[in-house]
Amino acid sequence: MVAHLLRLKLALLRNSFRRSPWQLVGVCIGALYGLGVVVLLISGIVYLNELEAGLANQILVAAVSAVTLGWAIIPLVAFGVDLTLDPARFTTFTLPRRKLAAGLLLSGFIGIPGILTLVLFAGQTLAWRQHPGIAATALLGGVLGALMCLALARLTTTSMARLTGSRRFREIAGIVAFIPVILLGPIFATAAQGMDAVFELLPQAVLVLGFSPLGVFAALPGDLAAGQPLLGAARLVLGLVYLVAVIWAWERGLHKSMENPMAPRTSSKAVGMGAFGLFPSTPRGAVAARALTYWLKDPRYAASIVVVPLLPVVIWFAAANTGSPAAMLVLGPLLGILMAFSISADVSYDSTAFSLHVLTGVRGVDDRAGRVLACAVIALPVTLLAAILPPVLLDMGHMLPAILGISLCALLAGLGVSSVASARFTYAVPLPGESPFKTPPGAGARMALVQLATFGIMGLLLIPSLGLLVAQVLTGNQLFGWIALAVGVVEGAVLLVVGIRLGGRWLDARMPELFQNVAMNR
Amino acid sequence: MSISNTPEGTPALSIRSLGKRFGENVAVNGISLDVPAGSFFGLVGPNGAGKTTALSMATGLLRPDAGQVWLNGIDVWAEPLRAKAAMGVLADGVRLFDRLSGRQLVTYAGLLRGMDRDTVKERTDDLLRVLDLEDAGNKLVVDYSAGMSKKIALATALIHSPRVLVLDEPFEAVDPVSAANIRDILADYVSHGGTVIVSSHVMDLVQRMCSHVAVIAGGNLLAVGTVDEVRAGASLEERFVDLVGGRGNNEGLSWLHTS
Repeated sequence: MVAHLLRLKLALLRNSFRRSPWQLVGVCIGALYGLGVVVLLISGIVYLNELEAGLANQILVAAVSAVTLGWAIIPLVAFGVDLTLDPARFTTFTLPRRKLAAGLLLSGFIGIPGILTLVLFAGQTLAWRQHPGIAATALLGGVLGALMCLALARLTTTSMARLTGSRRFREIAGIVAFIPVILLGPIFATAAQGMDAVFELLPQAVLVLGFSPLGVFAALPGDLAAGQPLLGAARLVLGLVYLVAVIWAWERGLHKSMENPMAPRTSSKAVGMGAFGLFPSTPRGAVAARALTYWLKDPRYAASIVVVPLLPVVIWFAAANTGSPAAMLVLGPLLGILMAFSISADVSYDSTAFSLHVLTGVRGVDDRAGRVLACAVIALPVTLLAAILPPVLLDMGHMLPAILGISLCALLAGLGVSSVASARFTYAVPLPGESPFKTPPGAGARMALVQLATFGIMGLLLIPSLGLLVAQVLTGNQLFGWIALAVGVVEGAVLLVVGIRLGGRWLDARMPELFQNVAMNR
Repeated sequence: MSISNTPEGTPALSIRSLGKRFGENVAVNGISLDVPAGSFFGLVGPNGAGKTTALSMATGLLRPDAGQVWLNGIDVWAEPLRAKAAMGVLADGVRLFDRLSGRQLVTYAGLLRGMDRDTVKERTDDLLRVLDLEDAGNKLVVDYSAGMSKKIALATALIHSPRVLVLDEPFEAVDPVSAANIRDILADYVSHGGTVIVSSHVMDLVQRMCSHVAVIAGGNLLAVGTVDEVRAGASLEERFVDLVGGRGNNEGLSWLHTS
């Protein structure tokens, strides 16, 4: 029975590759990346061998605890647990409870995160390779630890299902969870300064973690190394108790939810006409109103708005570290490009809902202009603020004209480039309702190519106004700054109009083909 | 509803040698057929027969490899904008802009077609009322049930009072009361000069509702005509099974007899 479920998972995985070879390529790239990280970490473990046993033990316990905590929390907020084998699909089969639970749990190892965690945890053995007995214990602890990860992930997702099942929660949590990722740089910078304090606290923290479900298995080899086999045996028993308790609690929750399937909750909140009241009643205005609604309601767009307040923080940290506050001046151009880029996959984001545009026969230029208009409502004020505030606050007013010119050129020309790109090139993006940070399997190569080309062209278009900025800095002549402003605005405006026209014409010619492309990306 | 002002006798939809292949797989194999103006036309066929592919090519969603399509005499692939203005389409298996409320979505469809605001508002209210979606009109479509989504999609196809309606599986997942309401709306529409083309695999429904029917299977047109001509005395379901074939004998499952 358990073997059956594992074979099912394997078959599902294999069949998903049959849909398209690109999917296989994407999964391979993901697996290689993960494998690279694991190899890097394992070579770190090998090096631990040279350290004094106590310290090596502390580092391992702390690291394993962090990974285990990640397994418990991340599925809640970001990716969700792998539902290839959704327990709900087994409700109509008469499966023995225990076997179903065991099969579902072990099937977690058939998948990239599960297998990598297993390899990584088993790799702890290498830190103790000079003592075969301890190494064997480390292997046992590693495998049990990996099992604990899977069990904890199942327990937290099942017990929180009622909460995480609501669309609103998933959407907000998905974006909030991303904030620390963006701020990773500043967090590390701060953490590095406090490293000594962290090392002082490590022994106490490890002492507690070693008796908690998070690190109990990782602490096993340390007991043997310290010559306390009895403590080790006690710890093993404690760990097994934890593991059994977690699996038991999960299994109970699972069966409660399978016997009382949860009715999907629907929000009862009513909305008015919203943005449709703001724009004129034309096809162009309607597209703008619809797109603006999506900017505010669809987490995939909302995610790019969240980046806006975070980017200044990241750059400020970078600027503070290098000691040159002038780095803050890149904020305007950078936000301009990023905001413009965010509509470059607009049609891919529409997915098959784009059929409405095809069927109603909306003109390409109206489609393009509406989308640009909605983006500009948000992006123009943001870009203006990001361009004007840094020079003014840093008392570098003489740089203002050039920076403003480059920023506006970045936004306007960028919107033009995006209008062309999204009329022609689609790639797999998270589908409506999915987590905005999910990378759809197989998106890899095509997405990277299109995005790189789009970004590259946007960057090249900045060369004229950037050149004038350089001229101003080199000669100290303020006039170059004013010319940069004029060149930037004019170039941006012209390219925006050209982009909308050209994108519109391409759309008119190829709307059915574009629709078939997004339909393939489901 | 507007009465057709095209010359007498022009078919509402005319298809000639329409073909499409996906790789090795021929989805539609050179179909030709006429849908008379003012008819209630059923398109039936087993799963994977090519119904959706054929309708996608007739409505401008999928460019054909071969053949031509005219809607009220307008070449769909030569003058797509004019042809699209004259038809309302309910596509099967596509998403909706589901972050809009039902009312916003129907309004959106109307405005995309260049209609003025007041007409759109008036008709949206009417459609929501008739389709029993008044209470749900201000909720997001993402929270709708499958049947409600189908009904709101139907409303987006009706908003501009098209002369031809092309509906791919319009009754799937729709509750019996709503289905009866939709049938009444469609019958009324046809009696006032409109043309309806529905695809379905519920034979009983097609026999009761439609005046004409076409049977396709494996990408080929097997029969076309009035419902009475095609069923030739038998029930449509019996005729369909005859034409399409593939019925196994049911002697194989003797162990299923519970006695």
